[in-house]
Amino acid sequence: MSQISPQQIEYNLKVVRQFTIATVIWGLIGMALGTWIAAQLVWPELNFDIPWLTYSRLRPLHTNSVIFAFGTSALMGTSFYIVQKTCRTKLFSDKLAAFVFWSWQTVIVLAVITLPLGFTSSKEYAELEWPIDILIALSWIAYLIVFFGTLVKRRTSHIYVANWFYGSFIIVVAILHIVNSMSVPVSFTKSYSIYAGAIDAMVQWWYGHNAVGFLLTAGFLGMMYYFVPKQAERPVYSYRLSVVHFWALIGLYIWAGPHHLHYTALPDWTQSLGMVMSVILFVPSWGGMINGIMTLSGAWYKLKTDPILRFLIVSLSFYGMSTFEGPMMSIKSVNAISHYTDWTIGHVHSGALGWVAMITIGAMYYLIPRLWGQTQMHNVRWINIHFWLHTIGVVLYIVALWISGVMQGLMWRAVNAEDGTLTYSFVESVQASYPFWFIRFVGGLFIVAGMLLMIWNMYRTISAGKPTRETIDAAPREAATQSA
Amino acid sequence: MSSFWSAWIIVLTLAFLVFIIWLLRWNMSNYTGIKEGELMDHDFDNIVEINNPLPRWWMILFWVTIVWGFFYLALFPGLGSFQGLLGWSSSNQNVRSLEQSREATQERLDAGLIVQYDREMRAAEAEYGPVFEALSQRPIPELAKDEEAVEIGQRLFLQNCAQCHGSNAMGGKGFPNLTDDAWLYGGSPEAIKTTLLEGRRGQMPAFSGQFNDQEITELATYVLSLSGRKVDPELASAGKQKFAVCSACHGADGKGNQQLGAPNLTDNIWLYGGSQAAIEETLQNGRQGVMPAWENILGEDKIHVISAYVYGLSNE
Repeated sequence: MSQISPQQIEYNLKVVRQFTIATVIWGLIGMALGTWIAAQLVWPELNFDIPWLTYSRLRPLHTNSVIFAFGTSALMGTSFYIVQKTCRTKLFSDKLAAFVFWSWQTVIVLAVITLPLGFTSSKEYAELEWPIDILIALSWIAYLIVFFGTLVKRRTSHIYVANWFYGSFIIVVAILHIVNSMSVPVSFTKSYSIYAGAIDAMVQWWYGHNAVGFLLTAGFLGMMYYFVPKQAERPVYSYRLSVVHFWALIGLYIWAGPHHLHYTALPDWTQSLGMVMSVILFVPSWGGMINGIMTLSGAWYKLKTDPILRFLIVSLSFYGMSTFEGPMMSIKSVNAISHYTDWTIGHVHSGALGWVAMITIGAMYYLIPRLWGQTQMHNVRWINIHFWLHTIGVVLYIVALWISGVMQGLMWRAVNAEDGTLTYSFVESVQASYPFWFIRFVGGLFIVAGMLLMIWNMYRTISAGKPTRETIDAAPREAATQSA
Repeated sequence: MSSFWSAWIIVLTLAFLVFIIWLLRWNMSNYTGIKEGELMDHDFDNIVEINNPLPRWWMILFWVTIVWGFFYLALFPGLGSFQGLLGWSSSNQNVRSLEQSREATQERLDAGLIVQYDREMRAAEAEYGPVFEALSQRPIPELAKDEEAVEIGQRLFLQNCAQCHGSNAMGGKGFPNLTDDAWLYGGSPEAIKTTLLEGRRGQMPAFSGQFNDQEITELATYVLSLSGRKVDPELASAGKQKFAVCSACHGADGKGNQQLGAPNLTDNIWLYGGSQAAIEETLQNGRQGVMPAWENILGEDKIHVISAYVYGLSNE
């Protein structure tokens, strides 16, 4: 600290480094778990008749570890980095930031222990039991204070668009988590939702779809708005586009949850409203893709040589694809075929593996050398190999599940023309799905192989470098020059 | 829905859509004070933004979806308790029984409103009802020899019965094998059909209160001896003396009683397992078997066809 003059302040990069390492490790674990349960679908014997290795317990562990361990660690780490750099100030509180990191990692470790043991609230993506829910809420509120406290302390006149997205994600996830997790504990390890029946289902999918909307979409758009222009070294395509698509996206997403409950006991009016808003949502969703991809205009040639930029731009293509697919699947008559089939799972993974994972991996490859005093990763060629392993894996995965999903949907509704009986029994559709589940598993192997390469590349880069220290002038906040 | 909540939904929805329209119109104009195509005057960690106009095709798409949204909400239920101009509903909501549902359906159909579920069901009934009606006129043993009828019966079986009795109809623990000659309630065409129409309830009482562990072991040993298993003769004869209690249902010879659904204990076919331990468990705790009634679900005509399929399984 002695080298820093009183006119200078030092960014808190320590917590960013911690989150970066956590992101890559949890990414590998979460994706490996997914591949394992994909294998269990093909070879059910792989649960070895051990209760805590059964599909039903590992599946929530997989979703929790990719969404909350991998994805959320990435969001917390990058948001702490970006909010400091784009506000030209250090974090609001280093101690609170450290609390965010350690409490969040504790939550994940508790998930790793309790989910295989069978403790679950049985709410999808919110399986963790009430004592862990309370810890999540505390951790999240600390995160909110650090992030917004830093925004308040900023030295820039305006707030950069990446921070709007991060900010909305942090606020809404806090609300979602607290409202959806309201429950009546009956013991230390078991609780029941305070909502009943169709209301419980609606609250659950209001939560579930906005976890997708704010955590997996808005949060990662924040990431995109920093790393794409940085890596491409180009200006962001359109300021006004970012204004419209931000407000329209966060406004519309909140309404979209009911499309998970088409043709159920949910009242018709709720289903219709959810569908209408979901369809309109398609347009502002694409606003983000346009702004990201068009940022590259004039620098397309960089894709030839820069594997990090490839990760970032291909992630935007998957983002565009799945945000087209989602609104389409929310239309009732499409949903009648797609719902409850593998198509839904394929759709989620084109978002999760194509968009979320690829933008994160690109961002990590950008950050790791900069956080450990290097100019680039230990081996840039490996980034390119990782890019191809991951891309092939994602394409195998989603194409296999498109085919099996549409096939299942068509088989379930196939009717004999002469007598009106259903042509296939359920188990016949399961049998017909096996080849595609195998291809999905192979896709998973490609993805995990890529993550192994990444972890080794990260290890070599870190061990060759030492933690970066970065300071800036402690100038007063710049004055606003425009009213906008 | 009370009129307050209905108004709440309508106001919130319309106000939100108006906000989206305002947002879009606002950003179609250049309010930034900077010429289009030039850089905005702020810089964040060397990231700058261009003041480009919204892409035209994207803007048009936005307007199209918004206008479509208004049309959809005018035609279909969505704005609170407003039913939509088409009078469409997916099903009857707020009904508490099958009867209420039928009444509600009729009321809506009489009023010219569309209840999608009931429409589809009625259309299917109108088209396929006669097929099954014709099949139900033919005796079950005859249907069981008609390949086409058996295939229809099999498909109905796979959809409705295989969950318990298995795809091959060979059952499992607690669910009878339908391909053998052993019948709990009789294997005649009429008995099978009655079972399907009305359901069955198998009641084996628990004897743990009446007999101690030693006595249960003796009884189980005797039961095993009935199907010719090698057992300890002393235990078996001790068990035989207590069998009178069992014979009320299973008969003095242990051959069961189809009137009561009491299984034959001499044929070495075991619904809940034929090991000493499984039989002792049956005696200790009793067993409750449930075959649901299908008349209200599938209707008599379809049940007639399924009965023929099941009958054919053991009557080639």
